[in-house]
Amino acid sequence: MTDARTHTNDVVVTGIGLVTPAGIGANASWEGVVAGKAAAAHDQALAEEDTPVTIACRVPAFDPDAELGRGSARRLDRFTHLALLAAREALADAGLVDAETDPFALTGAVDRDRVGILLGSGIGGAETWAEEYPRYLDKGPQRVSPMFVPKMLSNTAAGTIAIRSGARGPNMTVNTACAAGASAIHLGRDLIRAGSADVVIVGGVEAGITGLAVSAFAQMGALSKNSDPTTASRPFDVGRDGFVMGEGAGILVIESAEHAARRGATPIARIAGAGASADAHHATAPPEDGGGAILAMRRALADAGLEPEAIDHINAHGTSTPLNDAAESRAIRAVFGEHADAIAVTSTKGVTGHLLGAAGGVEAAFAVLSIRDQVVPPTAGLLERDPEIDLDVVAGSARTSAVNAVLSNSFGFGGQNASLVITSA
Amino acid sequence: MAANIYETFKAILTETFGVPEAEIAPEATFEALALDSLDVVELTLVVDEEVGVKIEDEELETIVTIADAVAIVETKLKVSA
Repeated sequence: MTDARTHTNDVVVTGIGLVTPAGIGANASWEGVVAGKAAAAHDQALAEEDTPVTIACRVPAFDPDAELGRGSARRLDRFTHLALLAAREALADAGLVDAETDPFALTGAVDRDRVGILLGSGIGGAETWAEEYPRYLDKGPQRVSPMFVPKMLSNTAAGTIAIRSGARGPNMTVNTACAAGASAIHLGRDLIRAGSADVVIVGGVEAGITGLAVSAFAQMGALSKNSDPTTASRPFDVGRDGFVMGEGAGILVIESAEHAARRGATPIARIAGAGASADAHHATAPPEDGGGAILAMRRALADAGLEPEAIDHINAHGTSTPLNDAAESRAIRAVFGEHADAIAVTSTKGVTGHLLGAAGGVEAAFAVLSIRDQVVPPTAGLLERDPEIDLDVVAGSARTSAVNAVLSNSFGFGGQNASLVITSA
Repeated sequence: MAANIYETFKAILTETFGVPEAEIAPEATFEALALDSLDVVELTLVVDEEVGVKIEDEELETIVTIADAVAIVETKLKVSA
């Protein structure tokens, strides 16, 4: 085993923020995921629009103006609300704000010009599109809101976190569809390695549960047609028939180990490795052998300087679609060989549904929490493992076991793949 | 008429824009109400929808206070009456 880490290559996690269908806040989300209770529910708004699928995983209700300040509901799209909530929690957890004074403003603990933001989102302001286009058609071009562009742009969430926090480092948004959150962590980590920032706020955000998007995913055959919310999302199960749309945000504060030590912050885990690849195969289907996924996982391991045998847990992409779960399973077996039998595999999408561009951020946060608590959450909805899935998938209840190195997979439409290796601090 | 247009602005500002009623006064500037230039454009769209008077781009530049906006709408209503 080789360890190529240098000082600046050593990037640690010092803060976690989560807003998921399992709850608002890292604790509420994590408790829901560890309990293995599916967050999917019949959705009134979708039912009223008569969409082909009416089950979804929504974030529990909150008042944007009360939580985020006057005008937030009107001026900002829902995906920015979710990102702000998660960023606020992550910044507080990292000890970078004085919550009493201002829950977003960076304190003197950091040089704000060296704090970057790198988020992933697959869609951006989906609700804003959904609301504004009918207004354009019904009332004409003269009634189009001047807020439309700043609300819907997919980089607005990262931009708004900068406005509120004062962070003036590199600020970017990456889109690799359902891998976007993981890609953002990969690139944010690289900003630190390259010396472009001391601290980066990274992760993914998505709020795409609109009638239009749900209908479109359903028309592709990507969504589960199962009308029972407790088993609609059932990754790796023999009866799985598609994913359940989710929404949320998963944000981490990462920084160089040196910087964390200098300011006295306690690392929770390490972003040890990241790997990216393309399938170069098809717009939505993975190659049967999981070729691109294999490359991403191997690159992440090599980047971390770890042999496959070092991995003890995989937080799988595991969307609950027939194609993904089978291809991912074959890819994991190809990368890990016999050692795959010793890896506790789980898909937290059984609880949360598929958070699209937020998934990689949320699941990286779950990987960090698995290391912190030495526990692997169960795959909710998994009653009978598909015989084709030749892996040790944790089902039923959470498993307490030594978790020191986690691989987190995220694969996006377009054939864009991202794997992260997260290790104990 | 004057009171009516002002009251219309007040209602839109409280209901659509969430401005506390206590902060609203004729001489209050939009800046003081934490409304930026895009908010003011949005406000004029709602006013147009409710009153049927459109504030043009060049008129927007002259608006600083609520009274400024009310005056433009009132003048246009008189002309069209």
